[in-house]
Amino acid sequence: MYKIVAKQKLNHLVEKMVIHAPFVARKCMPGQFIILCVEEGDERIPLTIQDYDREKETVSIIYQIVGYSTQKLAQKEVGDTLAHFAGPLGVASVLHNSKRRVLGIGGGVGAAPLYPQIKELQAQGVSCDVILGGRDKDYVILQDEFKAVSNELFFATDDGSLGTKGFVTTVLNELLAKGRQYDEVIAIGPLPMMKAVVSVTKPLNIPTMVSMNPIMIDGTGMCGGCRVTVGGQTKFACVDGPDFDGFEVDFDEAMRRQSMYKKQEQHICNLKLGGGTNA
Amino acid sequence: MPNMRLDKVKMPEQAPDIRNKNFEEVARGYTEDMAIEEATRCLHCKQRFCVAGCPVNVPIPEFIEEVAKGDFEKAYEVITSENALPAICGRVCPQENQCEGKCIRGKKGESVAIGRLERFVADYVMNHTDITIEKAGSNGIKVAVVGAGPAGLTCAGELAKMGYEVTLFEALHEVGGVLVYGIPEFRLPKELVAKEVQKIVDLGVRIEKNVIIGKSITIDELIEEGYSAIFVGSGAGLPNFMHIEGENLNGVYSANEFLTRSNLMKAYDFPNHPTPIFVGSKVAVVGGGNVAMDAARTAKRLGADEVYIIYRRGEEELPARREEIHHAKEEGIIFKLLCNPVKIHGKEGRVSHIECVNMELGEPDASGRRRPVVQEGSEHLLDMDTVIIAIGQSPNPLIRSTTPGLDVQKWGGIIVNEETMETSKENVYAGGDVVTGAATVILAMGAGKKAAHAIHEKLKK
Ligand SMILES: Cc1cc2nc3c(=O)[nH]c(=O)nc-3n(C[C@H](O)[C@H](O)[C@H](O)COP(=O)(O)OP(=O)(O)OC[C@H]3O[C@@H](n4cnc5c(N)ncnc54)[C@H](O)[C@@H]3O)c2cc1C
Ligand SMILES: Cc1cc2nc3c(=O)[nH]c(=O)nc-3n(C[C@H](O)[C@H](O)[C@H](O)COP(=O)(O)OP(=O)(O)OC[C@H]3O[C@@H](n4cnc5c(N)ncnc54)[C@H](O)[C@@H]3O)c2cc1C
Ligand code: SF4
Ligand code: SF4
Ligand code: FES
Ligand SMILES: [Mg+2]
Repeated sequence: MYKIVAKQKLNHLVEKMVIHAPFVARKCMPGQFIILCVEEGDERIPLTIQDYDREKETVSIIYQIVGYSTQKLAQKEVGDTLAHFAGPLGVASVLHNSKRRVLGIGGGVGAAPLYPQIKELQAQGVSCDVILGGRDKDYVILQDEFKAVSNELFFATDDGSLGTKGFVTTVLNELLAKGRQYDEVIAIGPLPMMKAVVSVTKPLNIPTMVSMNPIMIDGTGMCGGCRVTVGGQTKFACVDGPDFDGFEVDFDEAMRRQSMYKKQEQHICNLKLGGGTNA
Repeated sequence: MPNMRLDKVKMPEQAPDIRNKNFEEVARGYTEDMAIEEATRCLHCKQRFCVAGCPVNVPIPEFIEEVAKGDFEKAYEVITSENALPAICGRVCPQENQCEGKCIRGKKGESVAIGRLERFVADYVMNHTDITIEKAGSNGIKVAVVGAGPAGLTCAGELAKMGYEVTLFEALHEVGGVLVYGIPEFRLPKELVAKEVQKIVDLGVRIEKNVIIGKSITIDELIEEGYSAIFVGSGAGLPNFMHIEGENLNGVYSANEFLTRSNLMKAYDFPNHPTPIFVGSKVAVVGGGNVAMDAARTAKRLGADEVYIIYRRGEEELPARREEIHHAKEEGIIFKLLCNPVKIHGKEGRVSHIECVNMELGEPDASGRRRPVVQEGSEHLLDMDTVIIAIGQSPNPLIRSTTPGLDVQKWGGIIVNEETMETSKENVYAGGDVVTGAATVILAMGAGKKAAHAIHEKLKK
């Protein structure tokens, strides 16, 4: 059993939890994730490791409440336990300090997995600009944390309530138009956002890493459910990723695969929780 | 005077058109009278052919004699002197190639129903007696076992009986390996696996679930933490795909994913269990082994109207157990033999058709089986909603890629000294599917046991 030692609401749909999980905390690295079951018999859901404390043997996760399992997770409070918490899974992000100028782009909860990478790069002396995007200002999470580790921080919101009105790509295009140069872009967020970022960076040949989040079960390479096409080859995101070269990813296939169980997910959410959000 | 009836006492079963709509066990088990009657068919041969056919040498005539006398507890003791998981083996061993395949009574008529008797004895004792398990006194030596499938469970249990302090590490949130994620409830009730696992816990084995060796901790780190020996029983869990066009469409599953969703995650009980699964009306299962039969029969139970087994060789070459093929046919599974998929077609990202070619059997290949060759111009389309690929699994690379000094075969299997099951890395042992490639429960158990004894031989010095 894995005890919840802290919990914090970041906005009305996004929360952070700190979990006691010694085996994960001892070894995890930025870019890796865990898989948890809220209670015995529940589905296995993957969440990125947002932060960790090796001494206290704890791991932080940030999740957006989108459906049945995340809603059930949100009902747990400090002192409660989670039935299962396995990891660390996936390959740690390759963070070369040979890159001098990095642009991080985080959309919605994508900011959570982006944060440890930017923090690590900054610690290595890399200058990082960051663009955070969200529906409105409440959806732009971890603003203070990013301020502390980025060179310049930009925002984009759909309604203009924070930073530029528009998408993260609106800001990206502005920065590039102003002549800013980057050796690498790290984009993490919803698939349409990552696809849009790549459509800007690919023609300019700015290397772009994206983080794939296909539907997973085991997270150990045993089911193949998480397969994504990268450079024409099938990869298992849980063991070969989740980070991949954005130029090579087949985003349209990934988006299709992510929606495979939409009907069932909606059904269980309505049935068991009396109308879910399914954002 | 032995009972000279030619056929086995029939196994009570759920009727095919009832059972193909539920997940309850198909075979209901013998009653006491049936078991005693069947036991009297054994001739107690001097040359114990049956025992020679059993990979773990269960003293078959001896246990059957106790069954005939009605002393089922004694029979249980006899079986468990060699086999720690009789309720499981009695159900899933390919007996027709092993113990029963060698039984003298099979020469004229049917063999003695050794598997069914083994199952009966195990179930009887489980239901009628409280088995108290005595923990051995600890010898203070720590041993780690990786993977809680039949190989790992057996190795851990044997070592615990000898006094070792055993920790069993399992990547998943449930213990049992293929017994819980692969083999369906209707062939092997999970409650029964849980009871067998409990016995191993009672022997003093500590189980750490949700620990992925190679990720959460490596083999070398286990050695540093003071484990004197390590047994790797991580199985062959990596699904093979065909690498044909359309394999990533929605509705294409590996058998592992399909079965894991249904068995381990209990998607058959959706929405009581929240993991979803998709079947639709027409399902194609590609492959002809036990895994394919399990996937097909599961799809039928999940509500598919038509379920096809698509296999590129003929009926005789089907690698699945005869009993499973027979059960599948009874349940309405349609066999398309000498047929091979070449492409999966989709509509709006979801499977719509599977394109196949017909095959003919040519000259025997390296495996001795006649090689299937494509019949020119035989391409044809079949309507499908779901395609399940069941063409085999190989060992997962997680452990070999994080363990320097561990020698492996080209196909990924760990290389061991067959006498001791020790690998190229000192004090690291391996057994089961991770060494042999996908094989059987009983062979995995045998390997786990052999390794436990070799570990003891080495460590007691
Ligand atoms: C490597 C990885 C890291 C992730 N990190 C985060 C994170 O840090 N924070 C966060 O909020 N979300 C993260 N996700 C997504 C998160 O796993 C899903 O939002 C969650 O599983 C939804 O579950 P649900 O039952 O609440 O919603 P549902 O209503 O069941 O599903 C909503 C949508 O989430 C996706 N989803 C559903 N089940 C799964 C599954 N088993 N695996 C993956 N995606 C699924 C599907 O696209 C689905 O349409 C990550 C996913 C992956 C693969
Ligand atoms: C669908 C199906 C049906 C079958 N039917 C039959 C049958 O009827 N009769 C029969 O005899 N055989 C059958 N088999 C084959 C049989 O199940 C296997 O040969 C047997 O389970 C192998 O045992 P094992 O202990 O080597 O591995 P497994 O049972 O595969 O167990 C390995 C365990 O190790 C864990 N693991 C893997 N990697 C790691 C890691 N890095 N760290 C920690 N844990 C790890 C896995 O999660 C798993 O629990 C079937 C197989 C399948 C898939
Ligand atoms: S363990 Fe398997 S092969 Fe051996 S006697 Fe029992 S059923 Fe037969
Ligand atoms: S070979 Fe058959 S008849 Fe002979 S002892 Fe074995 S089970 Fe009995
Ligand atoms: S989640 Fe099963 S192989 Fe990746
Ligand atoms: Mg869900």
